[in-house]
Amino acid sequence: MTLSRHNILSLSHTDEILAALLRLCALLSAAIVILILLFLSSESWPVLQHVPLTRFLSDASWHPTQGLYNIAPMLSATLLSTLGAILLATPLGIASALFSHYYAPPALATWHRRIIALLAGIPSVVYGFWGLTTLAPLVGRLHPPGVSLLTGILVLTLMILPTVALTVDAALAGVPNVYLRGAVALGMSRWTMISGVVLPAARSGITSGIMLTTGRALGETMAILMVAGNVVQHPHSLFDSVRTLTANIALEMAYAMGDHRAALFATGLALLAMVLLLVSIAEFFRRDLVHG
Amino acid sequence: MAKNFLATAMIWLVALLISSVFLYLLSDMLIHGMARLSLAYLVDAPLDAGRSGGIAPIIVATAIIVLIAITAAAPLGLATAVLLTEFTRQKSGFGRFVEHSLDVLASVPSIIFGLFGNAFFCLYLGLGFSLLSGGLTLACMALPILIRTAVEGLRSAPDDYRLAAAALGMTRSAALLHLLLPAAAPALAAGLMLGIGRAGAETAALIFTSGYVDRMPASWFDSGRALSVHIYDLAMNVPGGDASAHAAALVLILLLFAINSLAMGLTRHWQRGRIHSI
Repeated sequence: MTLSRHNILSLSHTDEILAALLRLCALLSAAIVILILLFLSSESWPVLQHVPLTRFLSDASWHPTQGLYNIAPMLSATLLSTLGAILLATPLGIASALFSHYYAPPALATWHRRIIALLAGIPSVVYGFWGLTTLAPLVGRLHPPGVSLLTGILVLTLMILPTVALTVDAALAGVPNVYLRGAVALGMSRWTMISGVVLPAARSGITSGIMLTTGRALGETMAILMVAGNVVQHPHSLFDSVRTLTANIALEMAYAMGDHRAALFATGLALLAMVLLLVSIAEFFRRDLVHG
Repeated sequence: MAKNFLATAMIWLVALLISSVFLYLLSDMLIHGMARLSLAYLVDAPLDAGRSGGIAPIIVATAIIVLIAITAAAPLGLATAVLLTEFTRQKSGFGRFVEHSLDVLASVPSIIFGLFGNAFFCLYLGLGFSLLSGGLTLACMALPILIRTAVEGLRSAPDDYRLAAAALGMTRSAALLHLLLPAAAPALAAGLMLGIGRAGAETAALIFTSGYVDRMPASWFDSGRALSVHIYDLAMNVPGGDASAHAAALVLILLLFAINSLAMGLTRHWQRGRIHSI
């Protein structure tokens, strides 16, 4: 028996070089996230060093040039607008996905999916601009000034709706066909089949999708910056102007110096932490989906 | 029975609502945008902070930024995708580490990319507010999409190709170059289009990396204003800029629709091709 030094499936010399090169590129791609964390931390370090974390919630106001760093009003604006948008977009997105899967005739379903895909492709600055010129005056007629938490929630809903619809659509597509046949064979009505069989079976996928979308809503900047009014305050009603954390960064980065700039990077770091937490939860549900 | 009927009615209503909001938004943009849009608008320089004149330097700046982003991200993305699909086992530690960090990268909000780009490219690397800084920041943003589509494309190339290539004694590099990459080409092209669409739509990451200057850029070290930043600036900071902003928004929407349709068309073409080959 002859033993060749190289197995046919082992790498040749050329392949070794290529593999090393590819490994380097992949390492570079993977390093970007670490680089982002590193630079965000190092830029916010000057302020984190001498301002205790509690002061970000307990200071009298947000006047970073005078050493006051209370981000609580902006945090509440971010959380409220995200919550509102998720509460509105989740049922609408699920209904939209159900429509294209189980209700619409095939031709209409194709069109509906195409519309959702196109909506997903519209840039956030256009949503913001449309909200500013069309939605804000409408809301303003209800209750001035029009640029408000409510307008922000509505624009944000419109923006994340396609994402919810697309992820739920994918989760519904993963429901095994035998479940549906079983439900039909039992003589269930369409809605009983959906509420009793389809939605529970797709629950993990739907939850994971909603978590990812929440992350997107938290981080959304332009649309909400353009329609929410940007006043730093705890909103007392839906018609109050608010400023979110992201909008605050976009507005003040242009002229921020020293500790002020560092404080903005610190809020960015906090935002990133929230988004990463949501992604981990989404990942958890997705893993649940694979094992279940 | 009543519940079933009610659910059907609600779901049809929601579908109708979504379609009508979409049509409202689109017709609004079309009607207001067309009022100002002309050939002159596309080839003139902006005057009076953008209230009058055109958007020629802005289109050029946008094109340069997107081109830089794709030129930087595409080779890196392709190399990473090839490594993940062809040169590592699916369960290997390194592969999982790379995939996981890309998942995280995909979920980072665009404003955070803006902060990072400002700190890293503009200040640390000393590129300043420039098209290059903006383009490289967008390259980081577009990378996960490019990699994801390329990985899907390569994974869907039939394993027969790999076995046949190994049986013929081809090196893996040769198999990659002559068989796998051509087989995955439509998917790679579709991913490229998606990346371009993502980069072209971006605003928040560009405001403090490529800047606001609306002159014609002379080199990639010049600051330049992207189309989306132009819309933002006109709408928020320039009183009486709405008409111009509408026209710019229409141009941006039409460009992105064209790119996205191309991506969807390529994906469809690619999936049809796959079914035929089986």
